[in-house]
Amino acid sequence: MTDQTPMPPERGCRATPVLKERGQHEVFCGLTGIIWLHRKMQDAFFLVVGSRTCAHLLQSAAGVMIFAEPRFGTAILEEKDLAGLADANEELDREVARLLSRRPDIRQLFLVGSCPSEVIKLDLARAAERLSAIHAPNVRVLNYSGSGIETTFTQGEDACLAAMVPVLPETQEKELLLVGALPDVVEDQALSLLEQLGIGPVRCLPARRAADDPAVGPNTVFALTQPFLGDTHAALIRRGARHIAAPFPFGEEGTTAWLAAVAAEFGVSAERFEAVTAAPRARARKAIAAQAAELQGKRIFFFPDSQLEIPLARFLTRECGMEAVEVGAPFIHQAVVGPDLDLLAEGPVIAEGQDVDRQLDRCRAARPDLTVCGLGLANPLEAEGLATKWAIELVFTPVHFYEQAGDLAGLFSRPLRRRAILNVEAAE
Amino acid sequence: MKLTVWTYEGPPHVGAMRVATGMKGLHYVLHAPQGDTYADLLFTMIERRNHRPPVTYTTFQARDLGADTAHLFKDAAQEAYERFRPQAMIVGASCTAELIQDDPGGLAETMGLPIPVIPLELPSYQRKENFGADETFFQIVRALAQPMDRTTGISANLIGPTALGFRHRDDIEEVTRLLGQMGIAVNVVAPMNAAPADIARMGAAHFNVLMYPETAETAARWCEKTLGQPYTKTVPIGVGATRDFIAEVQAITGIDRAPDESRLRFPWWSASVDSTYLTGKRVFLFGDATHVRAAARIARDEMGFEVVRLGCYNREFARPIRALAKEFGVEALITDDYLEVEAAIEAAAPEMILGTQMERHIGKRLGIPCAVISAPVHVQDFPARYSPQMGFEGANVIFDTWVHPLVMGLEEHLLTMFREDFEFHDAAGASHHGAKAVLRDIAAGGQDDPSPKDRPEFSQKTREVPMPEAPHMAKDGGAVIWLADAEKELRKIPFFVRGKAKRNTEKFAAERGVAEISIDTLYEAKAHYAR
Repeated sequence: MTDQTPMPPERGCRATPVLKERGQHEVFCGLTGIIWLHRKMQDAFFLVVGSRTCAHLLQSAAGVMIFAEPRFGTAILEEKDLAGLADANEELDREVARLLSRRPDIRQLFLVGSCPSEVIKLDLARAAERLSAIHAPNVRVLNYSGSGIETTFTQGEDACLAAMVPVLPETQEKELLLVGALPDVVEDQALSLLEQLGIGPVRCLPARRAADDPAVGPNTVFALTQPFLGDTHAALIRRGARHIAAPFPFGEEGTTAWLAAVAAEFGVSAERFEAVTAAPRARARKAIAAQAAELQGKRIFFFPDSQLEIPLARFLTRECGMEAVEVGAPFIHQAVVGPDLDLLAEGPVIAEGQDVDRQLDRCRAARPDLTVCGLGLANPLEAEGLATKWAIELVFTPVHFYEQAGDLAGLFSRPLRRRAILNVEAAE
Repeated sequence: MKLTVWTYEGPPHVGAMRVATGMKGLHYVLHAPQGDTYADLLFTMIERRNHRPPVTYTTFQARDLGADTAHLFKDAAQEAYERFRPQAMIVGASCTAELIQDDPGGLAETMGLPIPVIPLELPSYQRKENFGADETFFQIVRALAQPMDRTTGISANLIGPTALGFRHRDDIEEVTRLLGQMGIAVNVVAPMNAAPADIARMGAAHFNVLMYPETAETAARWCEKTLGQPYTKTVPIGVGATRDFIAEVQAITGIDRAPDESRLRFPWWSASVDSTYLTGKRVFLFGDATHVRAAARIARDEMGFEVVRLGCYNREFARPIRALAKEFGVEALITDDYLEVEAAIEAAAPEMILGTQMERHIGKRLGIPCAVISAPVHVQDFPARYSPQMGFEGANVIFDTWVHPLVMGLEEHLLTMFREDFEFHDAAGASHHGAKAVLRDIAAGGQDDPSPKDRPEFSQKTREVPMPEAPHMAKDGGAVIWLADAEKELRKIPFFVRGKAKRNTEKFAAERGVAEISIDTLYEAKAHYAR
């Protein structure tokens, strides 16, 4: 660490009592993760077994329709499927057979459970086994639940990756596994940094193609690149792999701390670490500084959305000079975000779960300079005079590691800058 | 079970949300799991609404299912009442809650809330968004509207406009203006902008203007029967339909004043010589039944287009759309399967599509211009400017909207005359459009047409032309083959008529049992089909 990195706070938020709320959740369900997962895994198809609501969510959630033939679809349950379950299984087999014959490029098929399929207890695990047997060896069929009764937004990715872990091949090699779907450009940057540090072999979960799936075993060490992967974390530990706990690689400090934890595991010398990271660290600091001027001293309020909230609050308070008023997260996994909580200075309300109306009351009372929230709340809050940042953009934009640190800060400064430049008053 | 990639309509509770969000002073308590709140963003993002939809979601989770989800519903309803103090509430279930059978209506009834609570039964596994809106509005009207004395002056209710409707905001203004010029006051507009108290005084109007049969026909019928209010059957979209609508209103009311037509420009714009190039343009119509019906008449009678196929995605209106198609001498396409619509458009090879945002994307893929005439909506369908579809200004708007995607008159001729020009060629697109022109490779002799649609069809290496659609069969049963010269000649025809030329030539060849298409066949077919 250089002298430009602030000291860890005297008291972090790890021991802060968490405000646990339940009530109306203004968040997406886990199906939403399909929007980015199907682009990341280029030979995978995601078949939601659900209702018209699920299909409508998928086409509405991203705000755009992806009209290059998407590698996802919804098998919509109809009245007759609800009448008898045997029937539903036959129907599913038929739809899958039709789908795979039309898309011979598909190597992995995910049957994705939804609220209706969970409530009627459609056994997708058994269906996946049956379909795997039918379509092997060309296609592997797995299942996970993206239902709203079990998963919140990014937990869909967690459920998907956790479903893949048990079927990954076994290895005795000491390998580093990077876990979390990153944009390809960001993943390449991370791999390049690790290579320069002399760390390897490095594998990624999820891999871009099924053939490149990593192996896992007792000598695997893994680092999470996303904070919402609690179940995947547990599944990997069950396979004997060991987690490298670290703050998440957001901003210069987060990236450095994350790399340092991995480097320590692989015995990288301090000199080499300095040589590899000095230039990108300086670049990241410069890029953040350009945005931080507008963020300095501003107060921020997070509604729960993606579980990125705690690491981002750490970045914004420590590297951009912001003050966190409330940091809401749908779930808080201490084992995963603990290192970020340690660095986040005591002060903000840490909230888990949601009662949206009460949280709106707190937000209106606090009048923060910037509110991070979902798309359903953003325009209504703007209309009340509160500047907002759409949380979903944080998941859809390359924001990890050094070269994106400035862009990440920019996502928060842009709404403030925009409000400052707009002027529709008469000149007088 | 039916595999669906894109849907034209959401589930029925989204229809109920469109009614609730359009209204004021009404609250919707929806028994639904976490995640169903995605529907809020349809209103706050697509329509840019500055308030949250008035919807409380009970947000039950897996762990609640074994226990008591009914008390969750009652708590949510009680809190919603206390927080929002609505004049009335609607209560119902989304698709998942329908399965757990908590009966929100029955639960709400036991709570003894001091306001009207209207239960909704919306079968999620059978019906869709438009049904949900129509049924919800009907239930609200049935619960709240009463027979009462009519207003002294002649007045009408405008019924059907909802939140997230295609140009509903501006249609209300235009129809209000039309009626105003005839001396007719608007009593209540509903559901859009109406409070439950307004619904209660709907009975004071002399008649109802049914603006959108998709969302208010059941309510219109009920009002006719119970409140004795006739309703208008013509939807005033297009010049002729607007004039018919005025005549219908005159017949209902006995008023003979007609609205001012001085700002109606459509007829002259269409008659002026610049529009000659529009003659016989082959158009494909798809959308909701009401807008397709209106567009068909405008296309044929007011623009001079040829309608090659028409259809709708809302099966409730299959019968009138089939009848309309018969009148136009085409086969109706009644489907909500996006891939089926795409295949039908590809097979019909129209010069233009009048459709929804879905067809706009199909058009983009196939290289066919498209104008949007109907929901489902996109953020672009909520323009900042005044942009109605109804009435005389609506007709003006439609003329501009439909003409814009096309290559205009003289430009079309120039493209035909100098089709080999390296920078002014058909792949470059219409000159008034923003996309960057693609220059041809001059070294390749300007022959290489980069249009992605045509490339695989006309590979230089093979003489057989693979057809994306079902190929026409020659009389001996074999597929019609394009000879290399004819293929090359076909490529010289500008893109906006090439599909038609290709199709006509193949049909011509197939009918005559010609197995191979030569340049002569191409021009014989051209002469045969010449108008």
